[in-house]
Amino acid sequence: MDFLIEAILSVVRPIGITEPVLQFMLVNAILGISMYLLLRTGMFSLANAGFMAIGAYVSVLLTKELDFALGAALVVAVIVCALIALPIGLPVLRLRDIYLAIATIGFGEVVRIFFLNVDNMILSYLNTFQDAGLRRYELVGGGRGVRNVERLTETWHLIVFLIVIIFLLTRLQRSRFGRAMVAVRQDERVAANMGINVVYVKNMVFVLSAMLAGAAGVFNGHLTRIVTPEMFGFDRAVDILAYAVLGGTSVWAGPIVGGFVLTALPEVLRRFNEYRGVFNGLVLLLVIVYLPGGLINPQGWRKLWASARRRLTGQPAQPEAGGG
Amino acid sequence: MLVLENVSRHFGGLQALSGVNLRVEPQRVVGLIGPNGAGKTTLINNISGLDHPSSGHILFDGQPIHRRAPHRIARAGVARTYQNIRLFGEATTFENVLIGQHGQGRASMLEAIAFWPSFRREERTLRERARELLAQFDLMDVADVPAANLPYGAQRRLEMARALATNPRLVLLDEPTAGMNPSETRALGEQILRLPQMGLAVLVIEHDMSLIHQVCDEVYVLNFGQIIAHGTPAEVRDDPVVIEAYLGKE
Amino acid sequence: MDGILLQQIVNVISLGSIYALFALGYSLVFSVLGVLNLAHSALFMWGAFIGLLVTDRLEMPLWVGLIAAMIVTGLLSVLLELIAFRPLRKRGAARIAQLISSIGAAILLVNIAQLLFIRVYNRVEAAYPRGLVPRQPIIIEELGLRITPARLIVVIAALVVMILLQYLVTRTSLGQQMRAVAFNQRTASLLGINVNYIFLMTFFLAGALGGLAGVLYALITNVVDPFIGQNIALIGLTAIVLGGMGSINGAVLGGFIVAGIQIISIDTVGSSYRDALVFLLLFAILLIRPQGILGQPESTRA
Repeated sequence: MDFLIEAILSVVRPIGITEPVLQFMLVNAILGISMYLLLRTGMFSLANAGFMAIGAYVSVLLTKELDFALGAALVVAVIVCALIALPIGLPVLRLRDIYLAIATIGFGEVVRIFFLNVDNMILSYLNTFQDAGLRRYELVGGGRGVRNVERLTETWHLIVFLIVIIFLLTRLQRSRFGRAMVAVRQDERVAANMGINVVYVKNMVFVLSAMLAGAAGVFNGHLTRIVTPEMFGFDRAVDILAYAVLGGTSVWAGPIVGGFVLTALPEVLRRFNEYRGVFNGLVLLLVIVYLPGGLINPQGWRKLWASARRRLTGQPAQPEAGGG
Repeated sequence: MLVLENVSRHFGGLQALSGVNLRVEPQRVVGLIGPNGAGKTTLINNISGLDHPSSGHILFDGQPIHRRAPHRIARAGVARTYQNIRLFGEATTFENVLIGQHGQGRASMLEAIAFWPSFRREERTLRERARELLAQFDLMDVADVPAANLPYGAQRRLEMARALATNPRLVLLDEPTAGMNPSETRALGEQILRLPQMGLAVLVIEHDMSLIHQVCDEVYVLNFGQIIAHGTPAEVRDDPVVIEAYLGKE
Repeated sequence: MDGILLQQIVNVISLGSIYALFALGYSLVFSVLGVLNLAHSALFMWGAFIGLLVTDRLEMPLWVGLIAAMIVTGLLSVLLELIAFRPLRKRGAARIAQLISSIGAAILLVNIAQLLFIRVYNRVEAAYPRGLVPRQPIIIEELGLRITPARLIVVIAALVVMILLQYLVTRTSLGQQMRAVAFNQRTASLLGINVNYIFLMTFFLAGALGGLAGVLYALITNVVDPFIGQNIALIGLTAIVLGGMGSINGAVLGGFIVAGIQIISIDTVGSSYRDALVFLLLFAILLIRPQGILGQPESTRA
């Protein structure tokens, strides 16, 4: 494995991708997949930055305070995410498109504010109900966050995790459940008339997605060595969305490529580092307007190519086969 | 098999259905006709669970289904098509039929992920049966075409195939021949006539009286949310009340 | 009446009128086009920024800054419609696609502002010039009330603009056309209304409202940076959800309610939970009454 990673790095290092960059590329690919699952089922949720925060906080507390191994912390954190996602999903997933987006943005903010204030909440609980008489209490460090986290995540952890996820994902997509996801996205009511339990499918996907985001949070927390509430704000939610949108949601490779590209590009184009944010915004805007299927979308490219050729040669638009 | 007892549905002040009584017996083809806005599609939505009656009962095989979720009604054996075709446009013809078979799969998600033998066996049977259905509706050539790109007639046939894929005992057809030419209509009529032979009951909404005469054993006439006539196609055709409903008072 | 309570009411009214102005912009676009423009908060920030440039760099009086900010953000908003919304609408893309493109536009606008800030001020934060508004608070002793001139300006400007908007929407032909388009696009275009023109005007108005809210907000807080839009984005969303998406009066009502909750919660549960309370409210409203206080429930159709 080490040899393989070294081989990959020797190829990409000259263009500015060092091992830490590679690690974040892999983490963001996992986040991309978590968003991909949601979009593929037609759910526009921006809650995953929140679940990432939960995964990160739970796991760094476990490894730091209770000496958990990374693997054990990963399992616990992911289960915690699932347990939180379920009661959130049941009421919230009744909402659709814009309403769902707003509600999940609200959820993300509540999670962020919770971690910002949880120390004070515990402090006042201890002082009021236990008469502890404490002046300070520090568990997650409020705005300064949990510091000095051990850097436990290794590149091979991420590669193995990603490969396992891809394997499971491809299996899932080819199953009855995978087909039901696609059906729910396209027409919920018809899907229900076909015998698909829409509520079950949506909640299941929401929970799976939250678990993946949580796992990404676990890995991320043990890479950055510090976990603060500000790392998981609205910006992060948008980043996660951007991975899936840039890559596209027609095949599983899409969000992975999206996560890779958006993470690596600022490093590769280091000279333009100042314009990084401008670039991110432009990518999101241009892709959704001109390349709605994302980068990894053979059908979309073919259509784009056909229309470009028509424009260049000045031929009238050809009717689509069969029409519709 | 299907019994509607005094079914009413109102949206605010608008009475879409009032006191509808209707029966569909096994292996019968029952027609439902009526002027536009009479409440025909509302009726089908209520039977298939997309909408629920304000009062009254809907029984399927003696079980009340009027409060059930649509997917449970579908799994109980009620399938439907839609007036304005509602296929999964981005999925292929074949995938549309596979989605229709959803309720018949038994393999759990874990079995699917683990690629368990039971899952693979099930997948194989489902795919085989899907291909049979495509062949029956003359859709084999376009099996891998996205449904949105199919010609109109093929889309109509695919809706039927997908409805049958749910393995129903009752099929609700909402204007299955809308927009078809006479020869296509006749061909579809023959497909409908095969359904009772396969043990299915059919409730068909239709405007095309020639199709009604071709396939229906009995006909209900709905006007302003009420059943105003019931009988054989010939009886209903000559009923003065029906003629008045369609043509208006002279 | 208790002086502290009265002071709180004054604070709620001034903060609430900023929220209301901001939420009006969201609501206007949503009611006419049925889409949510998440770049609206970036226009808010740009308004504050333009106001800053005009009064600080160009040393113009405040009213010039206000008008310049409204015009620039209005035009930026029109640009958004042309770049981020119209192409998607033409393609018949889902509402979600328009939401995503507006997020992209927001990121773009915030980052361009950030670059400009650094070029102009060498850092990403600046304050409005000192002499712009008199600092001396107006004190009404019998009531125990202190009102800063800035807050007074905020309330007056917001009130005037809201009345003008109400007039425009209910009494003018443009307003009638906007309402027709909001009610049914197809019917409106059959009636000979130039729908695309109405969309442009709606975006201009919405952008100008957002920009004005930005300048007024900066007048109270005194600090402008490229990120002041982030918090208000969610506050504005809460306000319009609370009042009922697309309801003009609802947006105003929602803005004042949110301001009220924030200011009361500072005293009761502490400022750190101020925002959490607002978002919990947002959550609760979405789950219990998604159509908001003044909204109509969506009719169920097959």
